[in-house]
Amino acid sequence: MNYKTRKLKDQLVSLWIRFMVLLVVALPLIIAFSLLYKSWLILGHSSLSELLFSSVWRPLAGEFGFFPFIVSSVWVTFIGLILTTPICLFSAIFLTYYGSRHLLRFMQPVIDILAGIPSVIYGVWGILVIVPAIGKYLAPMFGYESSGFSIMAGGIVLSVMLIPFILNILIEIFRTVHQDLFDASLSLGASKWQTIKHVVLRKSFAGIVSAFGLGLSRAFGETIAVLMVVGNVVGVPENLFQPGYPLPALIANNYGEMLSIPMFDSALMFAALLLMVVVVVFNIISRRTIIYLESKH
Amino acid sequence: MEDTKISIQNLNLWFGKLKILNEINIEIPEKKVTVILGPSGCGKTTLMRTMNRLVDLQGNAKISGKIMLDGEDILNTKRDITLVRQKMGLLSQRPTTLPMSIFNNVAYGLRLKGIRGRKKLWPHVEKHLIEANLWDEVKDRLNDPASRLSIGQQQRLCLARGLAVSPEIILADEPTSSLDPISASVIENQFFKLKENYTIVLVTHIMRQAKRIADYVVFMYLGDVIEQAPVDEFFNNPQHKMTREYLRGAFY
Ligand SMILES: Nc1ncnc2c1ncn2[C@@H]1O[C@H](COP(=O)(O)OP(=O)(O)OP(=O)(O)O)[C@@H](O)[C@H]1O
Ligand SMILES: [Mg+2]
Repeated sequence: MNYKTRKLKDQLVSLWIRFMVLLVVALPLIIAFSLLYKSWLILGHSSLSELLFSSVWRPLAGEFGFFPFIVSSVWVTFIGLILTTPICLFSAIFLTYYGSRHLLRFMQPVIDILAGIPSVIYGVWGILVIVPAIGKYLAPMFGYESSGFSIMAGGIVLSVMLIPFILNILIEIFRTVHQDLFDASLSLGASKWQTIKHVVLRKSFAGIVSAFGLGLSRAFGETIAVLMVVGNVVGVPENLFQPGYPLPALIANNYGEMLSIPMFDSALMFAALLLMVVVVVFNIISRRTIIYLESKH
Repeated sequence: MEDTKISIQNLNLWFGKLKILNEINIEIPEKKVTVILGPSGCGKTTLMRTMNRLVDLQGNAKISGKIMLDGEDILNTKRDITLVRQKMGLLSQRPTTLPMSIFNNVAYGLRLKGIRGRKKLWPHVEKHLIEANLWDEVKDRLNDPASRLSIGQQQRLCLARGLAVSPEIILADEPTSSLDPISASVIENQFFKLKENYTIVLVTHIMRQAKRIADYVVFMYLGDVIEQAPVDEFFNNPQHKMTREYLRGAFY
């Protein structure tokens, strides 16, 4: 190969790489713009506050209030995160600081496998185990009647799905806390648990926030598994044992069926846009929080 | 001879199957500076970490022998080991400030001892920051995160923090190796003053530093104690062939 062809190849490769990078940067913008373009129709038809805060959902009559879906999404995500937080935190602490090295070495592939299970399987498991358990035991325990298909079922399935995802990040974070720092605290007379509580958790606080922030974005967008157990009934749920209808489920269930009604089509695109905005905002907030917390110590 | 503060007797230590410390016998005199010398990897850090029982946390460590502190074998004590650890301040190679404010770094050990409330903590914090020669530089910014201090200041903060729990012994593992020469000499001078009240065990690779501040020198090689002697004897009239080679710089 002579100099010229080598140089040409070099330029081609560099051009190709630049194009790819540009594509990666542009992709979210392209998606956001096409969603905005598609939801333009509905945005001209109803006001933003009506779309976000009205509970009236009558697509055929041209009334699109997303409030029930937003509330469902928020509840399911909230429950999922609340349930998963202690499990992930304590397991990560146990695996890094109390369990033997063999246990951690055994658990890591297990966690990876859990993370790799398709969400539809978590959904099936939810239908088989969680839904009946809620209908028969959990709901009556709190004095409610429930089919089991409910916000609670969605939250529980979600929390289980989040475990491997968040746990992996947390273990990674705890392992980066230096042995010297641990020693320093112990040598001042702290016990192991005091050291974890006052030093390790504080040192890795920014990382922990980011782990749960990423989990939150993921939870908010999770579709199939939640859709399978949450009931999919339109309405603002009065309690956690009633069915709900989160935004991703709305889109997945209806897209492609009602396309003959342009306004409905546009409404679903608006739901997608909403989902995207929320996830992006969560991401930005957790990033900001990390930067702020890191500057504090 | 002076009173012995710590007496290490027939100490052996294994990590798994690997023997790291071999039949160690050392007498550490009270209120003197004992310097441990030896090439990299010979077990100096491990010995220090055995003395304040940090090695316990490594699941694969196995220990035999005795470490007598004021007549009590701390390897087999029935007392709470956190109390044993509080008798020994630790200064490590790189400064390890806790992720909190300057004030709280010093107050950390005091709070663990049960002293609560800023008002009560204040005089202690001030006293020990003065003792570590840091007070003038930080007195107006005690609430700043400790990580904003320079590396040299951080190491002095670690010293203050260690002194605050009123230890009797200071274990310092190459405490000046990551510092600039000026900060290093500040710490070194501090050791001079501190030995009036504390027993100091210092690991260093710097021969001149050892000569300057040691009262007593221990030379280790591959897990064995080769020679231990008062500083003048050690440097002027080393008994062992290996020591002479080390002092000539043969191991570098
Ligand atoms: N947790 C551990 N498991 C197994 N081996 C270890 C462990 N910690 C230290 N070692 C080994 O023990 C030996 C002594 O290490 P140590 O850190 O005590 O040496 P050192 O004299 O302090 O060296 P340096 O001057 O480089 O700091 C080394 O061979 C090291 O690899
Ligand atoms: Mg060392």
